Amino acid sequence: MNATVRVSVVALMCLAAAACAKKQEVKAPPPPEAPTTTTAPTTEGAFTPADLQSNACLRTRVIYFDFDKSDIQSQFDNIVACHAKYLRDRPMARMTIEGNTDERGTREYNLGLGERRGNALASALEAAGASADQIKVVSYGEERPVCREHNESCWHQNRRDNIVYTTE
Amino acid sequence: MRMPKILFALIFALLAALFATQAGAQGLTVQIVNGVPSAIPITVVPFGQQGSGPASPVDIAQIVSMDLNRCGKFRTLPTSEVVESPTTGSQVKFATWQQLKQDYIVVGRTSYDGGALKADFELWDVNKQQQLLGLSITGQGSDLRRVAHQIADQIYQKIIGVRGAFDTRIAYVTMVGLGDNAQYALVVADSDGYNPQTVVRSHEALLSPAWSPNGQELAYVSFESGNSAIYIQNIATGSRRVVSARAGINGAPRFAPDGRRLAVSLSFQGNPEIYAMDLGTGALTRLTHNLAIDTEPRWTPDGASVVFTSDRSGKPQLYEIPASGGTPQRITFQGQYNANASISYDGKKIAMVQGNGNVYRIAVMDRSLGGQETFVSPGNLDDAPSWAPNASMLLYAANEGPRGVLYAVSADGRVRQRLVLGDGDVREPAWGPYRNP
Repeated sequence: MNATVRVSVVALMCLAAAACAKKQEVKAPPPPEAPTTTTAPTTEGAFTPADLQSNACLRTRVIYFDFDKSDIQSQFDNIVACHAKYLRDRPMARMTIEGNTDERGTREYNLGLGERRGNALASALEAAGASADQIKVVSYGEERPVCREHNESCWHQNRRDNIVYTTE
Repeated sequence: MRMPKILFALIFALLAALFATQAGAQGLTVQIVNGVPSAIPITVVPFGQQGSGPASPVDIAQIVSMDLNRCGKFRTLPTSEVVESPTTGSQVKFATWQQLKQDYIVVGRTSYDGGALKADFELWDVNKQQQLLGLSITGQGSDLRRVAHQIADQIYQKIIGVRGAFDTRIAYVTMVGLGDNAQYALVVADSDGYNPQTVVRSHEALLSPAWSPNGQELAYVSFESGNSAIYIQNIATGSRRVVSARAGINGAPRFAPDGRRLAVSLSFQGNPEIYAMDLGTGALTRLTHNLAIDTEPRWTPDGASVVFTSDRSGKPQLYEIPASGGTPQRITFQGQYNANASISYDGKKIAMVQGNGNVYRIAVMDRSLGGQETFVSPGNLDDAPSWAPNASMLLYAANEGPRGVLYAVSADGRVRQRLVLGDGDVREPAWGPYRNP
């Protein structure tokens, strides 16, 4: 089959399939679950950088949002609390919060929405005692999806703040 | 008897597929999704060769044909049905073309010498047997396809009464690979997708390309520094400068019609606000004062006001504010979500992304018809409408399965063509201004 015929066949198939826009029924992997119970630091003492690897709460660096929302859901209160404590315990520590959205809507508006989500987490950390100069917010909008399918389970994974420690 | 619509669609698809093989080699393919039976029938006879020089390296008649088909206003006779091959008006046997139900016929001949192409062409009205155009167009070197686009523009203008926009360029962003292997490119191509040239490459996201009014520069947003920053780059020389890399969002650049100011959305003062930047001094004039997301500023053609997206009422809607500042007026009231406006050259039509539930489509609001709105795309995740400079067509981005593709659609939404990259994701189309021949 030569190229012309092949492309023609594809073109006809496209017509038949109403522009090839058939929905794919692909199951996305479930979003990683946030720990529901927090392992408190083993001592009453301050966090150390080692805890970033060993403490179940501190190892959680992502929180999720509802569609078009930027409020921190109560299920993530413990995540906010332990990272705020880390920042309080380690005044030299610095973090970048990366705000992200799902693909729905326009790219530039989603930059704004991602920033709003990043700011929401930054405010919560500051309210819990972290210092504003320890936290930087960057919005990536919809530009850094972790899942690329067009369905809610995928979108849910993408509506997130990522916590990145730049100085531990 | 009217030929069934599906038959026309079939003919268009085959025709498009025929052209597509050649276009595919260039990176983009064109497919006509649905044709229009009311399109004007026109024959473009393959051009003859003048003089004893080498043959033209480009098939002028084929390119003209493809342009006319693309815009949805014409339907060209397939080459296999072009039964005679006149190259001058005096050779045209009008009875033949009347029998084939053609309204117009284009004939011509080329001469090619030392890299310069000269095309003489004539446009005739078949029924009146009257010559409408007789012109000679020349082109040099790598711009030979432009000769054909300029001929198509002349034909379009003569028959439709509006300047043609085939001899224009488009910009878009491509992405291949995922995650850390992602490669982004900002590409400039002819309006039919040929001659793609990469303007800039990046491992981080590129978005929101915007043409300068003279077509020589592109403003865009790049994340290559780790945060959004706005650049202006000269297309021909590749030289570029950062115009905003402030803390927070640096987004949504748009040149003013006079080319001296750039409207942007910046969040360094706390949340995204619209500013007008003087490109000579870099000075910022803040236009909006609100805790909402204010972004996607678009100058009206007279430069007197700016239409932008704001969620100050809860969900994103379009607002208009004087370019010198003032009180914004909301201008969209249909649909839950309206954003990413593109304003036609005459200011009458505003294309936008309109979202209802999980369906995002391109809507066109006609301000000269009291804000009447029509959808010109089927959804579900359409974005980034961009008018051709004559508002005959729109480009927009859509998702098909896992990848992004571009569509060109006629202003009435009746004819759509898909422009797809062979590989990867295409998004963020921006239709450039008219070019001077």
